[in-house]
Amino acid sequence: MNGVWQITIPAGGKWSGVVGRGRLVRFTALEEGANLTVLLYNAKDPSERYNMPDTLKAQHTSHLTRGHVLMSDNGRVLASLTEDTLGWHDPIGGYSTRAGTDARYGLTNYQELRNNWLRSGEENLTVELVRAGLGRRDLVPPVNLFSKISCDEQGDMHFVPRHCPKGAQVTLRTEMDTLVLLSNTPNPMDPSPSYPSVPVLVEVLAAEPVNEDDYCLNFRPENTRAFENTWAYYALLG
Amino acid sequence: MAVFNRVESPRKIEDAVYDVIVPAGDGWMKELEPGQVLRIVDLEGNQAADTLFYDAENPEDHYSAIATMTGQGNIYLTAGSVLRTESGKALLTIVADTCGRHDTLGGACSAQSNTVRYSHDTLPMHNCRDTFLLQMAKFDKGYLKRDLAPNINFFMNVPVTPEGGLKFDDGVSSPGAYVEMQAHGRTTALVSNCPQLNNPCNAYNPTPIRILIWDN
Repeated sequence: MNGVWQITIPAGGKWSGVVGRGRLVRFTALEEGANLTVLLYNAKDPSERYNMPDTLKAQHTSHLTRGHVLMSDNGRVLASLTEDTLGWHDPIGGYSTRAGTDARYGLTNYQELRNNWLRSGEENLTVELVRAGLGRRDLVPPVNLFSKISCDEQGDMHFVPRHCPKGAQVTLRTEMDTLVLLSNTPNPMDPSPSYPSVPVLVEVLAAEPVNEDDYCLNFRPENTRAFENTWAYYALLG
Repeated sequence: MAVFNRVESPRKIEDAVYDVIVPAGDGWMKELEPGQVLRIVDLEGNQAADTLFYDAENPEDHYSAIATMTGQGNIYLTAGSVLRTESGKALLTIVADTCGRHDTLGGACSAQSNTVRYSHDTLPMHNCRDTFLLQMAKFDKGYLKRDLAPNINFFMNVPVTPEGGLKFDDGVSSPGAYVEMQAHGRTTALVSNCPQLNNPCNAYNPTPIRILIWDN
C-alpha cells in the first residue's frame, strides 16, 4: 500500500477492520477533548488479544506513550506507540456502557433523535465483535487514546480534564496482522455532563521496517523479548 | 501509602460448609450459590491467589477489573469493594478483609508473559494461566481461553504512582490473612494459587491457601 487510507470517525461512531502488520495507524483529535476506545486482536487467531495487565506490568507503567507497546496475552506485540504528541493515553478507564451513558447524559434513543442518539462503547464494540465472529465474552479492558486518568497514593482514580488539545496525535505501528476495533465514545470517567463531540481522523499508511535501533524495540528489555516472540511467531507461520 | 482497610469476619470456621486446602501451583473452580460467602486464607503469608469470577447464569459475562475499579473510583480492592462483570453486574461484595488491600491491575502470570518479563528460558515454568486452563478443562462447562480476562490477585500489592508508573511491592499480607466475599447470585469462581518463582509477589516461595464457604 503506497497511499494513505483514511476515515474520520465522528463522535459516537465506530469502525473495525483488519490492519496488516507493518502499517502505521495515525490518530488525530480534530477538536479538543477526544477519547477513542481501542481493542486489538490477532486477526488470524482472535483468542489472542490485547492484554492490559501484561502490557502494564511488563513496562512498569500505568499510562501509555511513545516507546510503549501493546502486548497480547501470548507475550507478543500487537502494536507499538511510535509517535505521540500527548504523553499519556489511558489503559484503565474502560469503555462506556449503555447504563452509564444514560445515567450521565440522559436517556436517548434512535426513535426520537435519529442519529443524534448517544451511543456507548459497550454497544459499539459488541457490534464489531459479533461482526468478526466474536462476542461479549471477548470484551476486555481497552485502551482509551487521548485520555488521562491518574491515581493518587490512596489508589483513587482522577480523570484529568482538558488533557487533549485539538490536533493531538498518536501513531500505532502494527507488529502483527491485527483486528482493530474503534469506538469514538466518552471515557466512562469523564465527569463532563455533555457528551463530547470530537471527531477523530484515522490514517493508515505503510511503515518503515523495524530496525535494530528502533525506539519501541529498545524501550525496555521486556519490549525486545516481546518483539522476538512476535518475530518467532511469524517465522513459524512463514 | 494508602490506608489499609482491615475488617474482621464474624464467621466461625466450624460453621463453614466447605473447607479445602489448595497447594501452591494448583487451582480450584466451583459454583457459589446466591448469598454464599467465600473465604480465601493466605496460610503462610505473601502468597498470591489469582482469581476470576463468572456470572454462572451467563458465563460470557466475566469479571471485569476495569468495571470494578471505575465502579468504585479506586484501583485497590478491600472490604466494601463490589466485584463487577463487563456488563457492570455486581457479582460479589468483599465483606471482610484482614489483609486490607488487593490488586486487580497486575493480572496472572503465563508462560508467554514470563518470557517477556524475565527471560526466554522461563517458558517451561509453571504459571497461573496454565492452571486456569486446566481447571476450565476439568470443570467441563465450555470455558475457553477467550474467557480468561484480567483477574484479581488477592494478597498482592501493585501500586501505581501519580506519575503513571507501576511497581510490585512486597509484604502486605501475613500468615493467616484472609479475604471474604459474598455472592449476589450464582457465581462461578476460578482460582490459581500462584506458582510464580521470579518475583516477590509470593516472596519467591509459593505456599498453600485455604478456601472455605459458608451458607448465607
